[in-house]
Amino acid sequence: MGVGIEVSELNAWYGSNHTLQNINLRIPANHATALIGPSGCGKSTFVRCLNRMHETNPVGRVTGSVLIGQLDIYTQASPVEIRRRVGMVFQRPNPFPTMSIYDNVASGLRLNGYRNRVVLDEVVQRSLEQAALWEEVKDDLKKKSGASLSGGQQQRLCIARALAVDPEVMLMDEPASALDPVSTAKIEDLIFQLKSQYTIVIVTHNMQQAARVAENTGFFLNGRLVEFDATHKIFTNPRDKRTEDYITGRFG
Amino acid sequence: MEIRIQVPNVAGESERIQKPAGSSFPDSGSSQSPARAFLQSRRSSAFADRIFSAVILLCALCIFAIVALILYELVSGSRLSIDKFGVAFFFRSAWDPVNGDYGAFPFIYGTLVSSILALIIAVPLAVGVAVFLTEMCPGFLRAPLAFVTELLAAIPSVVYGLWAIFVLVPLLRDSVNPFLIRVLGWSGLFVEPNYGVGMFAGGVILAIMILPIVSSLTREVISAVPQAQREAALALGATRWEMIRMGVLRNARIGIVGAIILGLGRALGETMAVTMVIGNRPEISRSLLDLGYSMASVIANEFSEASDNLYLSALIEIGLALFIVTIVVNALARVLVWAVTRGAPVRGA
Repeated sequence: MGVGIEVSELNAWYGSNHTLQNINLRIPANHATALIGPSGCGKSTFVRCLNRMHETNPVGRVTGSVLIGQLDIYTQASPVEIRRRVGMVFQRPNPFPTMSIYDNVASGLRLNGYRNRVVLDEVVQRSLEQAALWEEVKDDLKKKSGASLSGGQQQRLCIARALAVDPEVMLMDEPASALDPVSTAKIEDLIFQLKSQYTIVIVTHNMQQAARVAENTGFFLNGRLVEFDATHKIFTNPRDKRTEDYITGRFG
Repeated sequence: MEIRIQVPNVAGESERIQKPAGSSFPDSGSSQSPARAFLQSRRSSAFADRIFSAVILLCALCIFAIVALILYELVSGSRLSIDKFGVAFFFRSAWDPVNGDYGAFPFIYGTLVSSILALIIAVPLAVGVAVFLTEMCPGFLRAPLAFVTELLAAIPSVVYGLWAIFVLVPLLRDSVNPFLIRVLGWSGLFVEPNYGVGMFAGGVILAIMILPIVSSLTREVISAVPQAQREAALALGATRWEMIRMGVLRNARIGIVGAIILGLGRALGETMAVTMVIGNRPEISRSLLDLGYSMASVIANEFSEASDNLYLSALIEIGLALFIVTIVVNALARVLVWAVTRGAPVRGA
């Protein structure tokens, strides 16, 4: 089961560039939350702050607090511990090309010292089933490499890899933007099914996608969270003029 | 961003799209700009292209010609010795110019052992340097460190040899070798006599000499690994070392093997520095601290004093042996790379 996220006074910088300014936000558990906004508005930086990936950039800096469940991830745990509990799927599929499909999915558990083969087999199958990839790959789990799959399959493999460690939160940074419409639809179906068990935060350029998969939507602009509300309210009756301008296509 | 396609619905606008205002499509010949007139006056350059590809092809064929010529010269130069000793030359241990009895085995052994020793010492060090420089080094240190590493490659090998004689050999003789004899003496690889110079000193100096090439090539390979692979490992909760192992070295391993092969190639042929410290005695001994000899060293040392034709011919055949060993080692390395790559997929993303 997932846990909620509480973000307060979050600021982030790239060098001297103040990319996120005073973000305050509560993301409810076991729901999908979409983050929309034009390019460069800080939405990707924001999700990267939720698993402390932002600070892996040499010029990245963060202040403020992020509670995941009861845990303040910036003061009470190491980045490594956080990332075991918060899974992430990236914009471009990034399976490990030198590993088989099986090893890709098992990599998270193996990394943390898990060696029990029976359990690993189960986890790999369950994760691939959750990612709707099992039927397509079950015959060459150990024969084919992760890179031999199509782009859409690779992305579902990456989702399976993230699910295998049973995270409490799943971050998705434009998971379908590099994919064709059919693969995109599959990823969206997946998010729809997964959100009852995991807290999902999805960054997207695609407003229809936000409307289709997420209960709540946040609109970012120039490093600020302009508006955060139930998705249907954002799309039918936004409070802020800038949100309205964006969703009606007047800019962006 | 979403791509929105504007469909023009005003009559005037759709007309403008079919024939944009302000531009016309004149028939060729009428009122041309100077640039267009110039471009149209140029003839097709198919002939120049053919000349170009012929010249390039010639350059490529030169390589084959040079290799073939070297092989021919080596074989014809060593005719005398080949006739006298046959294939057995490569497996005989005799080296007696006075009685005209020659064999290449101690030299082949010395070249291979000192090179392998060099790889064993240099490869972990070189990969470590490369990983440090690409993954962990603070920005201000990176450029100077990389520069100094590459500077090592620019030092002439005779300078390495001098340094080895005056610094490395005393150090090995007085501190390192006694320690190795105490700790690893049981293996028979490190036993008295301890001269300082010898096979081990040759291996160490070779290791220092191939370090820059292996580490700079490894660095190139590592920096070519996509950042997304590092992030993939980090996002799974990898520590820095685990990220380097899983996201970096695993992806770079084929390139690293390539870097090692190039380093090995350099070690096999290295002459001067090795000659100065390997001990120059054509005998095979189990102890690495004992004196040895390498193929390149014997040629460099004895070519000028080869007093009769058979001696000269034997030395040229040693050159042939070096040529063959280099080719065989490279071929084996190709097979190794092929074997490693076979299971591995093409690089995705």
